[in-house]
Amino acid sequence: MAMTMTQKILAAHAGKDSVKAGELITARLDLVLGNDITSPLAISEFEKIGAGKVFDNEKIALVPDHFCPNKDIKSAQQAKDVREFAKKYAIKNYFEVGQMGIEHALLPEKGLVTAGDVVIGADSHTCTYGALGAFSTGIGSTDMAAGMATGELWFKVPDAIKVILTGKPAKKVSGKDVILHLIGLIGVDGARYMSLEFTGDGIDALSMDDRFTIANMAIEAGAKNGIFPVDGKTLEYINAHSTKPHTVYAADTDAPYAQVVEIDLASLDYTVACPHLPSNTKTVKNLGDIKIDQVVIGSCTNGRIEDLRAAAEIMKGKKIAGGVRCIVFPATQKIYLQAIAEGLIQTMVEFGAAVSTPTCGPCLGGHMGILAKGEKCVATTNRNFIGRMGHIESEVYLASPAVAAASAITGKISAPEEVSK
Amino acid sequence: MILRGKTHMFGDNIDTDVIIPARYLTTIDPEELAKNCMEDIDPTFSGRVQQGDIMVAGYNFGCGSSREHAPIAIKGSGVSCVIARSFARIFYRNAINIGLPILECDDILDEMHAGDELEVDLSKGTILNKTTGRTYASEPFPEFMRQIIAAGGEIAYIKNKLRK
Ligand code: SF4
Repeated sequence: MAMTMTQKILAAHAGKDSVKAGELITARLDLVLGNDITSPLAISEFEKIGAGKVFDNEKIALVPDHFCPNKDIKSAQQAKDVREFAKKYAIKNYFEVGQMGIEHALLPEKGLVTAGDVVIGADSHTCTYGALGAFSTGIGSTDMAAGMATGELWFKVPDAIKVILTGKPAKKVSGKDVILHLIGLIGVDGARYMSLEFTGDGIDALSMDDRFTIANMAIEAGAKNGIFPVDGKTLEYINAHSTKPHTVYAADTDAPYAQVVEIDLASLDYTVACPHLPSNTKTVKNLGDIKIDQVVIGSCTNGRIEDLRAAAEIMKGKKIAGGVRCIVFPATQKIYLQAIAEGLIQTMVEFGAAVSTPTCGPCLGGHMGILAKGEKCVATTNRNFIGRMGHIESEVYLASPAVAAASAITGKISAPEEVSK
Repeated sequence: MILRGKTHMFGDNIDTDVIIPARYLTTIDPEELAKNCMEDIDPTFSGRVQQGDIMVAGYNFGCGSSREHAPIAIKGSGVSCVIARSFARIFYRNAINIGLPILECDDILDEMHAGDELEVDLSKGTILNKTTGRTYASEPFPEFMRQIIAAGGEIAYIKNKLRK
């Protein structure tokens, strides 16, 4: 029976020759992830199971990134609970402040995820690792606890939407514009319970960082996971970062899809998601004048080195608009160091940006850049729900790093070409 | 199991950030979380909600983050059941895992008002609107999920499984 790429990975991890959409299976887990918000609840549920040990202390990753470095006493306590749990069960992949990063940028960089893996994470953007040809999906804390105790979890085998990408993006159009465009097309529940399987020769034109950005926001279309085929670029990334054995799965040519969407990358323009849904998209050209108070560049969506390069290139030799605040947060310590080595941080600070240590901080309205009543922000993050970054009457516009940087120069949402000489 | 309560109505795409905003995620205590449940979309909710009340909503309820704090905050508020046209995937799992009954029902919303008295029969999946006298059928859970619910949530289910 013909299967999608996701179905093949799930079948292999369930010890079955084939699976079909709708089937309930139990699959073996290659990695279980949690952060400082979701792990405390998972830990308390885990202890209730009374297993006495975790299924594999090398296959659990704990990343204190959301309210870390701790924003207040309560968050410090939660981080401490995670730290002590990691110690008690000898969790190998616990990443302390100073060595950490935002989980979804950190795990691929540390080589903890590879092609063909099944990964669950108590964080909805766990779907990011689909860029590497893995099945990865977000779950809640109780599922995380179950995963840590047993090394397996039940899944309903998903149907899939096939997204065929063709052509080459023009100008500084990036992975962010691709995924915002797609979410605008199919809606925030367009892929609910389904996989988004990307295919087509347009993928050749997308870097790994672009693919991470696209897979990252699959959840914003309601998808269970987003996944890319494994090509030369994927293997190059995997070989450079991971020593884990990998398996390459490919969808059958006659695999069943619930829907097919085609996107010509060459036809895309700079795309922005307006408040208060990621599907509320417009091109910058059709946006009109939107004055902004703050720009945020970073997050698990767009805090990777190419994102910082794209922003710094536009900022170079320019000054931030009066009355605008720009906050940059590299996604991991390694990316931070690389950005220093390349002079990007210097460019950004000279431009007038505040550069932060890796943290989720402003992305979820946690700390380090909360919005006041009535303020507008352009962010390279992934959600613009009511109150996401602060006051319920603040507004978040989601955009690419290039658009965010250009907007910081003009003080209104702008295309990169508007600021180039 | 029969649940009875008054309805609280919400729209489409109610996301986990409005169910429980991130700024309150420094605790896992259900009563603490309940104090701020729905506050960004309905600041009076936590003051009005009564034990047993029922939430009724549109499409894609619980979209957004994986925070299990969202169904916990709802359950902690005393809400006995959530009925929606559809649920986001992670919320659906989380609700089952923590033992918050949820029902998918498409046609109910058009004929319902805030404050209507409902009677929900979970084993049959039927919903009776006592205010209007109309009954509705919802999708029954697959057998496997009923086992998790019957065990009292996922943790109890796993405990039983590990014991075998
Ligand atoms: S950066 Fe934002 S979206 Fe990504 S894991 Fe952190 S809070 Fe979630």
